[in-house]
Amino acid sequence: MSDQDLTVSVENLRKTFKGPDGGEVAAIDGISMSVRAGELTALVGPDGAGKTTLMRMMAGLLKPDAGSLSVLGIDVAADPQSVQDRISYMPQRFGLYEDLSVQENLDLYADLHGVPEGERKQRFTRMLEMTDMARFTERPAGKLSGGMKQKLGLACTLVRSPDLLLLDEPSVGVDPLSRRDLWTIVQQLIDDEKLSVIVSTAYMDEAERCAQVFVMNKGKLLAEGAPDELKKRARGLTFTATTPDGMPARELQARLIDAPDFIVDAVPKGGNVSFIRQQDADEARIGELLRDAESEPRDEELEDAFMMMLRQHEAQDGEAAAKPATDKAAPEPRRNEDKPVIVVRDLVRKFGDFTAVASTSFDVAQGEIFGLLGPNGAGKTTTFRMLCGLLPATSGHLEVAGLNLRNARAEARGRIGYVSQKFALYGNLSVRENMEFFGGAYGLRGKALRKRVSASIEQFNLDPAAQSGILPAGYKQRLAMATGLLHEPDILFLDEPTSGIDPLARRAFWRTITSLAMSGVTIIITTHFMEEAEYCDRIAIQDAGEMLALGTPREVRKQAGDAGTDMNSAFIAIVEQGRAARDNKAKDKERAA
Amino acid sequence: MSASGFATRLVALTRKETRQMLRDRSNLVVGLVLPVVLILLFGYGLSFDVKDARVTVVLEDSSPTARNVVAGLRGSPYIAPTWASSMAEAERMIRAGQTDAILRVPGDFSRRLAAGDGQLQLLLNGVDSNTAAAIEGYVGGSLALPGQQQVDRGGNKPAAAANITIVQRMWFNEASESTWYLVPGLIVLVMTLIGAFLTSLLVAREWERGTLESLFVTPVRPLELVLAKLAPYIVIGAIDLIMCLLAAKYLFQVPMRGSLWIIIVSSLLYLLVSLGLGLFISATTRNQFAASQMALLASFMPAMMLSGFVFDLRNMPVVIQVISQVLPATHFMGLIKTLFMAGDYWPDILRNCAILALYATVLIALSRRSLAKKLD
Amino acid sequence: MARLITYIAQVLSLIRKELLALVKDPANRTLLFAPAIMQALLFGYGATYDLTNAPYVVLDQSRSAASTELLARLDGTGVFRRVASLTSSDQIAEMIDSGDALLVIGIPSDFQQRLASGQQAPLQLILDGRNSSTAGLASAYVSSIVTAYNQSLGNTSSLTIVRRAWFNPNLESRWNIMPALIAALSMMQTLMLAALSVAREREQGTFDQLLVTPMTPLQILIGKALPSMLVGILQSTLIFLIILFWFQIPMNGSVWLLYLGLAMFTLASVGIGLSVSAVSLTMQQAMLYTFMLVMPLMLLSGLLTPVRNMPAILQVATYVNPLRFGVDLVRRVYLEGATFADVASNFVPLLAVAAVTLPLAAWLFRNRMA
Repeated sequence: MSDQDLTVSVENLRKTFKGPDGGEVAAIDGISMSVRAGELTALVGPDGAGKTTLMRMMAGLLKPDAGSLSVLGIDVAADPQSVQDRISYMPQRFGLYEDLSVQENLDLYADLHGVPEGERKQRFTRMLEMTDMARFTERPAGKLSGGMKQKLGLACTLVRSPDLLLLDEPSVGVDPLSRRDLWTIVQQLIDDEKLSVIVSTAYMDEAERCAQVFVMNKGKLLAEGAPDELKKRARGLTFTATTPDGMPARELQARLIDAPDFIVDAVPKGGNVSFIRQQDADEARIGELLRDAESEPRDEELEDAFMMMLRQHEAQDGEAAAKPATDKAAPEPRRNEDKPVIVVRDLVRKFGDFTAVASTSFDVAQGEIFGLLGPNGAGKTTTFRMLCGLLPATSGHLEVAGLNLRNARAEARGRIGYVSQKFALYGNLSVRENMEFFGGAYGLRGKALRKRVSASIEQFNLDPAAQSGILPAGYKQRLAMATGLLHEPDILFLDEPTSGIDPLARRAFWRTITSLAMSGVTIIITTHFMEEAEYCDRIAIQDAGEMLALGTPREVRKQAGDAGTDMNSAFIAIVEQGRAARDNKAKDKERAA
Repeated sequence: MSASGFATRLVALTRKETRQMLRDRSNLVVGLVLPVVLILLFGYGLSFDVKDARVTVVLEDSSPTARNVVAGLRGSPYIAPTWASSMAEAERMIRAGQTDAILRVPGDFSRRLAAGDGQLQLLLNGVDSNTAAAIEGYVGGSLALPGQQQVDRGGNKPAAAANITIVQRMWFNEASESTWYLVPGLIVLVMTLIGAFLTSLLVAREWERGTLESLFVTPVRPLELVLAKLAPYIVIGAIDLIMCLLAAKYLFQVPMRGSLWIIIVSSLLYLLVSLGLGLFISATTRNQFAASQMALLASFMPAMMLSGFVFDLRNMPVVIQVISQVLPATHFMGLIKTLFMAGDYWPDILRNCAILALYATVLIALSRRSLAKKLD
Repeated sequence: MARLITYIAQVLSLIRKELLALVKDPANRTLLFAPAIMQALLFGYGATYDLTNAPYVVLDQSRSAASTELLARLDGTGVFRRVASLTSSDQIAEMIDSGDALLVIGIPSDFQQRLASGQQAPLQLILDGRNSSTAGLASAYVSSIVTAYNQSLGNTSSLTIVRRAWFNPNLESRWNIMPALIAALSMMQTLMLAALSVAREREQGTFDQLLVTPMTPLQILIGKALPSMLVGILQSTLIFLIILFWFQIPMNGSVWLLYLGLAMFTLASVGIGLSVSAVSLTMQQAMLYTFMLVMPLMLLSGLLTPVRNMPAILQVATYVNPLRFGVDLVRRVYLEGATFADVASNFVPLLAVAAVTLPLAAWLFRNRMA
């Protein structure tokens, strides 16, 4: 192949960092790969696979320790500036200047990339239109919602048409609508400008759009190829099990995923359970597991192949994820539908003249998993903060375990657990120290505290001496969960707990949640992974502070109508219907006035 | 890359830095309000000049001679005498912090004076050693010497007395006012403050917020980043300099004997030095807290204590003098005081400006290097 | 009872966490104590108003026995150091301008003759007034030497003043400044630590996590205040030890009273710091506001210049400045050996500041909107 066809060529690349114990940790461990020009290429892999390190090396921000890396035919290590002059790079956390307005951020990057005045206008108009941000050009970037920030970040990277575009997990923490918008922009640019794009992602539906997929794990390349080719690895092993009436899909899912010898992976989907069986698993044993659930084959997806590869690699390494808390949990569900533990009536929260939460009402029963979904900035976090007593409500009634936590005695807070959106533990303390502190803050002490901490460390498979701040995302999330559960709360609030963590860790996480719910803990959770809504007993969809849908996943899918085949499209449909209705109402009002 | 690319990027980055500076109120408070507060505090609040020192007189000798001798205290503009009936009472006053010194006139004073050996006791509270020393001087100077009085009354010259008299001239600061040297020193402090403290947060903040990573992968060059960060703070520094100069001239009437333009040029040079230092600290620590602490320790505290601002360098042990010579603030402090009070003294100007220019170049080059577009 | 134990245990676990977080960061570790020690040493040597080795030059046009004798006395004090002997008055300006000499002593050619003939002999003294304090001191020294010389000529004025300085017999300015640093140096960091403690948690999102625990604002307040106080008092102790053993400035008062005073002073500082912290949303704001406060607090504390020299309005303003009372208290206890009754009045403003700022901070924890 000539240089013309290859944007990136990597040969035996190695990069090591100093580990916390002073030893060397190989982030990239002898990778060789070639990326073709004019195509969309995906890097997929769990936390710590080395995706970000590889991206940064391509962008000339890190120097390889060994091997060669050439981007656009240039040796990056020798001449990073020439590469940086020609590529665009969007890091995981795009560095928007939050005190500058949308327009000012765009201008800055246009100037830095030397976009001529003439082209600029047209480009900006197109970018603003594609990102749907033309209305907000004067707004400071810091006041945008997470999804908008990400779109603006992409717009800033794309102020000119680069020879290569690097996107490092562009959709982490972004809601389905913004995610769809992001991809529309990228796709259009690929179609119009023959852009070469390398994207790292944890979403398999995103990887499926790519021409070429590289699967990485622990600094090594596991597989490469077109999605269709990779998918084949799971051919014939994928099935759907129909859950018997009256049984939540997650119960069947839990049973299946707890049998790793026969089942590679199982997730609830559309009220049923999708699973992958082990190649050499005994047919009869699977039948036993399924009991009275019917199963039939389904088409394999990239995610299936990916999960298989990861599980295999993991089995070789002999590493276990968090153990679900099933062993100790009472098998008998303690659900009490009649007496809701959380009551929200006409809850309103305003910041100045901005309404963050508008007249919201819902109940959550004991032992229920209640999902609060909505685009970035829909008011989910505000609702959470009010429920936890961190923020006073402007008006309305709310009750958590019969109390309003804002004015309740401090001990009442001991009954709830709260895991906030971003990792909110002390980064420079060790895992054990963090847990001991929060345990202590919840009134545990002495032997009882030590016992709880040791048990949790074991249950979540954590390294007690590790420094919390430098743990991989999945481990941070486990630590946050472990900490939130130390005092065995009756009610658990989880704000986007799975954002930015890989599929394996997410499976383990949900296994813990489902078994907690079984033991009677009430769980309220927000997430941007719509397929995760399938684990919930009931979900609510919020947008612009208003409640658009409330019910079981099945009911919500039904509300979405034709679009409701899977949760992701159901969600998008409902939010868009809601927005259209709101726009109409606004127009009516204008007309009336 | 062409020169026009450089110019476009520099302008864009400078605009960005300026906007960020203007939008963050705390920056402006430290950059513009704090200097005003400092000007007022230094000009009005700080004074080494003892006024109305409290001297308690214990008159154990009630003779007219004794009264005459201490009467002179009342004439002194620096002393506010009070009276105590007994030594015990006066000592209690000194312990309670109600007086600074006791002047005791012993019972046999006039008798011994007549015998040519009059003795007074001065008891000082030495805790504030500076004030104590000053009081000692003032008391000595204001006591009316009986010999002189007699001379005056007689109208005659005293019998020939071979005596050395001191004809003293205080150059540069005839009235011996501490404001005159505090205010020029203030310019040093303010330039240090703007430079080191404000800029110390600049790069560290971008590291912490992750904005540098995006910025690095653009055609931007490290030098452009450095220059753009300096530019708005040079303006703030210049505004502060003008405020200081105006205050010095019109508010505190400090003489400005050197050329104004040399004062301005050298101040701007020093501003560059401290900006460079702040930026360098910021770029190397990558952490706002550590950066601000380092900046305080490396620039501000030494500028205040070891540059010859209030404490004369010539009184310090050699080791400390050597350390102080390493500090750019010391060189600027010496220069600015000379420029204000003494005038253009060229050897000083050239030497110090050369040193400052060298520091500025080195520090800015170092900042540029520490902003090399690397994450590891 | 069990409830009380739990209450205390909760506070203790917060204190433990705060201290761990401080000590675990290597940058913090060095920043906590190294600067205090370094500054104590540097300032101990550098921050002095006392004249030592003041450089002077002489223009001796008399070259007589009398002038030699006078200059020998000048050199013998140890205060002055002759750096050059000039030959012409043209050289004077150069010596002063360049700062090579603090003073120039000019002895006219008829110096000896005048003295011999019983006349007054003028001695010319030119001082560099760029630092008027130093110049004033030098002038006082010269005049005392000249007076002594005059006395030796047998022309004594019959009045002598016998000086005795309490608490600081040689009137060393180091004795004045160093004990004040016990309070002043540690305040910088105590304020900064307290100011960052809540702001950092807010910025990193951990503060919410703390607020949802059953801990009350009062518990959080205590848990946040005590570690900062502890660090402040440890720093003070370091400086105290350096002053006592390295600089050997004698301590006259009670150590207990000193520490009681320091504790109150630190409490008031921490109160201010925590209020700043509770108001600030970001660490940057907290740092800048603290810095805004520290400068005036230092300048208006009497550390460098006596409070009584300030204009009346500023003197009133110093009543809310804990450092003013901290400095005064430490100085008086350390040097004067003041008793509790002597310094009791200093405790009132310190307690008042703490009584306002601490509840304010606790209230702001929960009610400051993000």
